[in-house]
Amino acid sequence: MSLKSILRAATALSLTTAGSAFAEGHGATITIATVNNGDMIRMQGYTDQFTEQTGIAVEWVTLEENVLRQRVTTDITTNGGQFDIMTIGMYETPIWGANDWLVPLDDLSAEYDVDDILPAMRNGLSHDGTLYAAPFYGESSMVMYRTDLMDAAGLEMPTDPTWQFIREAAAAMDDPANDINGICLRGKAGWGEGGAFITVTGNSFGARWFDEDWNAQFDQPEWAEALNFYVNLMNDYGPEGYATNGFNENLSLFNQGKCGMWIDATVAASFVTGDDSTVADSVGFALAPNNEGVEKRANWLWAWALAIPAGTQQEAEAKQFIEWATSKDYIALVAANEGWANVPPGARTSLYETPEYQEVPFAQMTLDSINAADPNNPTVDPVPYVGIQFVAIPEFAGMATEVSQEFSAAYAGQQTVEEALEKAQAIATEVMEAAGYQ
Amino acid sequence: MARAVTPRRKLINTGFAWAIGLLIFFPILWTILTSFKTEAQAIASPPIFLNFDWTLENYGVVMERSNYARFLWNSIIIAGGSTILGLIIAVPAAWSMAFVPSRRTKDILLWMLSTKMLPAVGVLYPIYLLFIQMGLLDSRAGLVIVMMLINLPIIIWMLYTYFREIPVEILEAARMDGATLREEVLYILTPMAIPGIASTMLLNFILAWNEAFWTLNLTAVDAAPLTAFIASYSSPEGLFFAKLSAASTMAIAPILILGWFSQKQLVRGLTFGAVK
Repeated sequence: MSLKSILRAATALSLTTAGSAFAEGHGATITIATVNNGDMIRMQGYTDQFTEQTGIAVEWVTLEENVLRQRVTTDITTNGGQFDIMTIGMYETPIWGANDWLVPLDDLSAEYDVDDILPAMRNGLSHDGTLYAAPFYGESSMVMYRTDLMDAAGLEMPTDPTWQFIREAAAAMDDPANDINGICLRGKAGWGEGGAFITVTGNSFGARWFDEDWNAQFDQPEWAEALNFYVNLMNDYGPEGYATNGFNENLSLFNQGKCGMWIDATVAASFVTGDDSTVADSVGFALAPNNEGVEKRANWLWAWALAIPAGTQQEAEAKQFIEWATSKDYIALVAANEGWANVPPGARTSLYETPEYQEVPFAQMTLDSINAADPNNPTVDPVPYVGIQFVAIPEFAGMATEVSQEFSAAYAGQQTVEEALEKAQAIATEVMEAAGYQ
Repeated sequence: MARAVTPRRKLINTGFAWAIGLLIFFPILWTILTSFKTEAQAIASPPIFLNFDWTLENYGVVMERSNYARFLWNSIIIAGGSTILGLIIAVPAAWSMAFVPSRRTKDILLWMLSTKMLPAVGVLYPIYLLFIQMGLLDSRAGLVIVMMLINLPIIIWMLYTYFREIPVEILEAARMDGATLREEVLYILTPMAIPGIASTMLLNFILAWNEAFWTLNLTAVDAAPLTAFIASYSSPEGLFFAKLSAASTMAIAPILILGWFSQKQLVRGLTFGAVK
């Protein structure tokens, strides 16, 4: 083949590939952007049943959480129209709802029974009383602990422990010779990782991100007390390199029997009692702790929810899917096929009234943890924002990621707690001034 | 005079080269090994190297859950299309800069490179809005154009370097024999620069294959390539490392095989003109 022919063929191929894309089109299909979490993957497996019932085909775009967040944010702010349903959380929903970027879910069918959604979830996914996203599953955070190690230490975990008891239990269970850490907690930078955990820890010590006039509060003694407590606890009884541990790293440690306690998302309960866990038979649950004398606990509130971006051409079909995926019938479908422990938790009141589900060991503690969370009053003193482990303003994600990076640097010993707090105060103050809150 | 290499020194050098090679390859090897483990074995501490029950289950799950062929085809079209389109533009551009330079040639070369200095996210919104206006979102055509534009400075720079090694007298001789400009580029310059062009093509194909920012942000269903395929197995809440490794292995396998078969050409092209 001559060079001329090669070049001609190459040009033709390149133009053909360019042109072929213009011919691509959509039929009666909805496109859903979601995360790769266990419950979501399970839902994808049952999608064929939805298609059989309705004739609506479903295309999934599954992405890593941070990529998903960036992807759907870009699309919704530019009215890109790439997705008919987006999987979003409690942070985005009220902000996007207020901007009219989402279709209000105020006309769901009577059979759907919108009043059955747990009040905490419904409030967190609404703006001005209008629901903008339907919770697929919800979570809070709680203490997961090794019952065998607690027994051996001669301690009994109360259902509502204090941080002081947690420290005492961590000291008793810590056994470096056998590679057991007294406690495993998130330290990884990122507003949704270590940032979320230290924010709720702060709440349980009476700390807050901002006062009622949006002044940053990292220079207040409550933050110093909370952060020093956390760092001392983890330095004394936590795993090596905890500054880079997130949910998955701690799950891995706990499942291998290397943690006496782990305080994290309630959805982890099904993992630590599942087939991949070496300690599945000896796990107990308790409410997230509080500092002695402080009423608020270190438990958050989160939901992965399905929302419809305004401007979609397939609003009716998208609503049909949301009604199906977040319905009581869907929960019954999963329960019938995979057992009650595997149904999406934390979204519906009726689930917790089901006798079979009440027998699941972590069910009641999950509900209690969710009910104990109040996004409107996350900490002791009043705040101008909504949100427990986050502040529901657009500037929060970037600001909190920076702040959590400073905290992680303190966990890693690269700076002191005081230095980290000083920098956090400067970051938050600068962002709020630039954004015009003050 | 060349320095004599003793057998002992040769052995040490070879051992050192192998050690460096294995060190660089180890993450890929570990990914491949992990893809054959169960999820529990994948997170075992201390890590299990070879002593585990090999399973193909993860590949089965990945194949069942995802339309691998569609992702693969999109990767081939995007990487191949952008490389070919880039070459069609870059060969004449590099020719003019190498053989008929102007006062501004050096500035143009530097300016082209400067477009690579801006973080991609800085132009995400403008590009995204342009794509909406032009109907190019989630289309292979759009990705071919973007990948070509991203890699064009590198292609031109590489070709420019290769062309500079070709004696201009040969081209002048062709002209004296009556060759037109098109004939000069097609029949004289290009055959002489084949090793350079081939290595440029390969390198750009690999760069386009692995590019993850634009391919994740500008695609959804129809044009999503293998980078999106891998991203769909990364989970913030759940340990799916074995499945993620299986997906990664399936995504890098084609490019690894291509690289393996073309390594001779690639090395020859990259060292072209290194010794005068």
